[in-house]
Amino acid sequence: MIEIRNLTRLYGRTAVVDDVSLTVDSGQLLVLVGTSGSGKTTLLRMINRLVEPSAGRVLIDGVDTATLPAHLLRRRIGYAIQGHGLFPHRTVAQNIATVPRLLGWPRAQIDARVDELLHLFQLDPAVFRDRMPHQLSGGQAQRVGVARALAAKPDLLLMDEPFGALDPLIRAKAQADLKEIQRRLGTTLILVTHDMAEAVALGDRIAVMDKGRLLQDDTPATILTDPATPFVRDLIGTSDRALRLLSLTPVAALATPGEAPGPAIAPDASGRDALAECLWSGRAALPVEGGGIVTLDTLRAQASQR
Amino acid sequence: MIGRALLALSALALLAFLVAPGPFAPLFQPFTRNNAPAIYTQTSLLSLTLSHLAIVAVAVAASTIVGLVLAVLVTRKAGREFLPLARTVTAVGQTFPPVAVLALSVPVMGFGTGPTLVALFLYGLLPVFENALAGLTGQPPQVAEAARGMGLTPRQRLWQIDLPLALPLLLAGMRLTAVISLGTATIGSTVAARTLGEVIIAGLLSSNTAFVLQGGLVVGILAVLIHHGFGALERRAGRRMGLA
Ligand SMILES: Nc1ncnc2c1ncn2[C@@H]1O[C@H](COP(=O)(O)OP(=O)(O)OP(=O)(O)O)[C@@H](O)[C@H]1O
Ligand SMILES: [Mg+2]
Repeated sequence: MIEIRNLTRLYGRTAVVDDVSLTVDSGQLLVLVGTSGSGKTTLLRMINRLVEPSAGRVLIDGVDTATLPAHLLRRRIGYAIQGHGLFPHRTVAQNIATVPRLLGWPRAQIDARVDELLHLFQLDPAVFRDRMPHQLSGGQAQRVGVARALAAKPDLLLMDEPFGALDPLIRAKAQADLKEIQRRLGTTLILVTHDMAEAVALGDRIAVMDKGRLLQDDTPATILTDPATPFVRDLIGTSDRALRLLSLTPVAALATPGEAPGPAIAPDASGRDALAECLWSGRAALPVEGGGIVTLDTLRAQASQR
Repeated sequence: MIGRALLALSALALLAFLVAPGPFAPLFQPFTRNNAPAIYTQTSLLSLTLSHLAIVAVAVAASTIVGLVLAVLVTRKAGREFLPLARTVTAVGQTFPPVAVLALSVPVMGFGTGPTLVALFLYGLLPVFENALAGLTGQPPQVAEAARGMGLTPRQRLWQIDLPLALPLLLAGMRLTAVISLGTATIGSTVAARTLGEVIIAGLLSSNTAFVLQGGLVVGILAVLIHHGFGALERRAGRRMGLA
């Protein structure tokens, strides 16, 4: 669990982060959104003490981080920086192995971990292990950067726009994988993004920042249906709010008894997928794999809830 | 390709000339007058060359060590305020004429190799220092951020990140220093250091252009070879990081 208490950072007289308090429970995924320059990166960097707070405290599992040696603290916190920051003179494998090496893992364990992570991020180890960073595309470099942050299986992960350079397909896959890893390992994750769809898809909670202040910190559904300020409403966008809301709910939760013709939809597909399928195939109801149907009426009701 | 063949050829020619200068006499004969000897034989050219190279190597090594250590110190947090001072000192080392350094250090150190080493060391400090400084400060900010964020200690960052990344530029600085020192070392012969300057000075004193020419040529070819040697090292170090 990480507790951020009244954290403030001043540059000159400007509070770049202004009295922010936040608690993220163990195993939770918090997405941090906000306009450019709103202080998201600075907030992250105060958690691993790359920036020292002007005021306030950060507690990890009840321990004040200011009491720990900074470099030891940072080895426990995975950090994927904005723009991958790979070491140009080291191979992909050496980059990923950075923290495990600092922690003194045995060689064989490090090698196995590197290959495991490369596989996970769709990078064939045989091809990529010995590449130098300048031989990677932007998206590949970014995935290696994320793999490096995950390498030592940290309990706490900080990610600053980790998927910015990925194409939509790989991005969706990387998001799903990240969520899966985070679930499986029970990692606490704070992730910064500018992409609201990503925030809604990934976040257990979404925290919205503006000009250094925390405006709202709630579940995606609450943020969508009940934005705390006009700024939050504008940021998440009102035009496709209904669709975003639908994307939060799996088909299984919307299914009703009944029969319908045509191909079935998977129960873990989202309501948004179901709506798209209804419109595309011209059906008013879809059968759900494993029984039941989801109807256009249910979807409409779900999308217009407030 | 042609460039490399030419280099190899000049290296071979130089080696042949140093080992057995006799057969080259006809080449230098046109530059002598009154049947003066065409080849300098007072001291073996080979041993002069080796001694010349040794003096340059020691001086470059000293400039490199001191220049690099200085650059590392002034780029650490505690040493940052000494940056302007270090810049001034190395710049003065470069602007102060080596001849004057010789003249000033002979009374203290006596004739011989010592004063020459001091002069070359001071003269060569600036290129190494400035290049090491550029290498240490010029890395992408994200790399430093990542290194800190991963939990490398300042010392680990220096050895594992900063120095390897600065290597290509440091080598470029060493190349400049080596080439400059190679030429400048000739003046060491005025204070009895054993360098190729001896041949040139003998030629000047006896108005024998052939001596001046062969001394100058040997130094010149050595400089070109060393220049290219360091260049190759730089490219190798840089290519790994995708610089060249
Ligand atoms: N070292 C610094 N000195 C002075 N001002 C700084 C410093 N670092 C950041 N700032 C300022 O703090 C503000 C917040 O920066 P920060 O990087 O946290 O924004 P961000 O929310 O991450 O933005 P983006 O979405 O563009 O990455 C910006 O106005 C920035 O100019
Ligand atoms: Mg940022």
